Amino acid sequence: MYIDTHTHMIARTTDDYEAMAAAGVVACIEPAFWLGQPRTSVGSYIDYLSTIVGWERFRAGQFGLRHYCTIGLNSKEANDEELAEAVMDILPRFALKEGVVAIGEIGYDEQTELEDRYFRRQLELAKELSLPVMVHTPHRDKKRGTTRSMDVAEEHGLDPSQVVIDHNNEETVAEVLQRGFWAGFSIYPGTKMGNERMVALVRRYGPERIIVDSACDWGVSDPLAVPKTAELMRRGGIPEAAIRAVTYGNALAAYGQSGQMPETDWLDPPAIDQRTLYMGNSVLRGGQEPRIDAARRRDPDDLTIA
Amino acid sequence: MDPESLLARWLARQLPVEAGNWLLAQRDRLRAGVAERDFNLAVSWVPRRLGRADLLLDAADLAAAEAARPGWDPRGWSLDQAGRVLLLLAGGGGGADFARRLRGLLATADLAETIAFLRGLPLYPDPDLHRMRAREGVRSAMTPFFEAVAHANPYPAEQFDEPAWNQMVLKALFIGSPLAPIQGLDRRANATLARMLCDYAHERWSAGRPVSPELWRCVGPFADEAARRDLAQALRHGDAAEQAAARAALDAAPLRAAS
Repeated sequence: MYIDTHTHMIARTTDDYEAMAAAGVVACIEPAFWLGQPRTSVGSYIDYLSTIVGWERFRAGQFGLRHYCTIGLNSKEANDEELAEAVMDILPRFALKEGVVAIGEIGYDEQTELEDRYFRRQLELAKELSLPVMVHTPHRDKKRGTTRSMDVAEEHGLDPSQVVIDHNNEETVAEVLQRGFWAGFSIYPGTKMGNERMVALVRRYGPERIIVDSACDWGVSDPLAVPKTAELMRRGGIPEAAIRAVTYGNALAAYGQSGQMPETDWLDPPAIDQRTLYMGNSVLRGGQEPRIDAARRRDPDDLTIA
Repeated sequence: MDPESLLARWLARQLPVEAGNWLLAQRDRLRAGVAERDFNLAVSWVPRRLGRADLLLDAADLAAAEAARPGWDPRGWSLDQAGRVLLLLAGGGGGADFARRLRGLLATADLAETIAFLRGLPLYPDPDLHRMRAREGVRSAMTPFFEAVAHANPYPAEQFDEPAWNQMVLKALFIGSPLAPIQGLDRRANATLARMLCDYAHERWSAGRPVSPELWRCVGPFADEAARRDLAQALRHGDAAEQAAARAALDAAPLRAAS
């Protein structure tokens, strides 16, 4: 069983959902982000947030995955002040929806004044609503931006145990762990983290407060990054308990603080969910491991579409 | 007792004291009028405060519901659904104000909220102002939204014009949703719908796919010669359920016009 805490599933296909379910991913979190290009009005932001609390959650349920999300104004679009102000007005309407496990992904991109202003206002919103925070750390000037993100979170009185610092690497991890924050690692080819490096990091730092995610989106990325990395750790001799912690348990502990992501959602879904939203095939009583279907094999000679 | 009072009574009876007090305090606060942000937050807090267990109702409660609002069927409602509808009724105002609030809530609703607000349709003031919301519900690609409007709900039979009604019935078949829970199904049957359903049966036959036996129920009373041939086809080639349905439809068919 795996949880992938960083997935932009609106950019992924039904094949991906099937493959994730078959590989043992039981739950995924969709952080609110930009669309690869800037939005031009708050209306499209409203529809986007509606999609991730509504349609995408429903869609995932049809494949036996539980879908959660985070709500926030991302750092890139924080630089459009008119848009950002309008988005801040509507965020409270979405932050308490079912399945919202954090305010996020928020933080810095270019570390501008406007990014700083809206990061801080959203930290205050998270405090008001008692929600965890998912912090996106910048790709450029990463080390300084990561330190600054933690400084600001502490300045606003957030407990590090409520804050996940995501997209870490070898240069940032030590400080994040030392200061008591959760440390997310996005296994994303080319730019963020590679999974052989990830195995080495878990070997060096141990599993405590480390969370492995895929950050799969519309770019070249891999929705199976979490199960693949788990397998690589297994082959590398990492103990099973440590693998479970960094690919499942820590994610549950961090985002479960929202009260919106209980393990029973996928182990023992309430009847109302089964009736309406969730077509899980992993329904078992008594907290057993859910049945994971063998990966659907595609026969290249089977051309039939009924 | 009106629906709002019934909901409040049922919830107060079932909820732990603290949650019940919170809900009734919110109702009073919303009734008195609050800022839009507070209205939305109060409605959003409902599932976290009340939980999502089934609303427990007995036969007397269902009779009270029917007396308060003919056709209202609160079976299968959950605590959070009832709480959300209660707060909307309490704080929604009336007329265009209510319609605007309902529209705003649905525009930013999560899955469970959407289902709750759609199930509440028969309880809202000025029912004709909410037709678009109901149409959006049955137009949805999400079956639970469709069924929140179409099933166990008197609103569509009362408010939908014939084209809208016919689309809803046909869509139910199309998405594999049963027809039996649609209120007013026999009363709103019509010749156009009968023709649409027979065309749909032909499409299914051509594709080698099964035809729901429920389809024939709305065909019978308006069966023309062509429909009679379709019913005969269902009698010859359908499974037992389809044959029984076709026989019942033929029994309900009008007498042949003398030629």
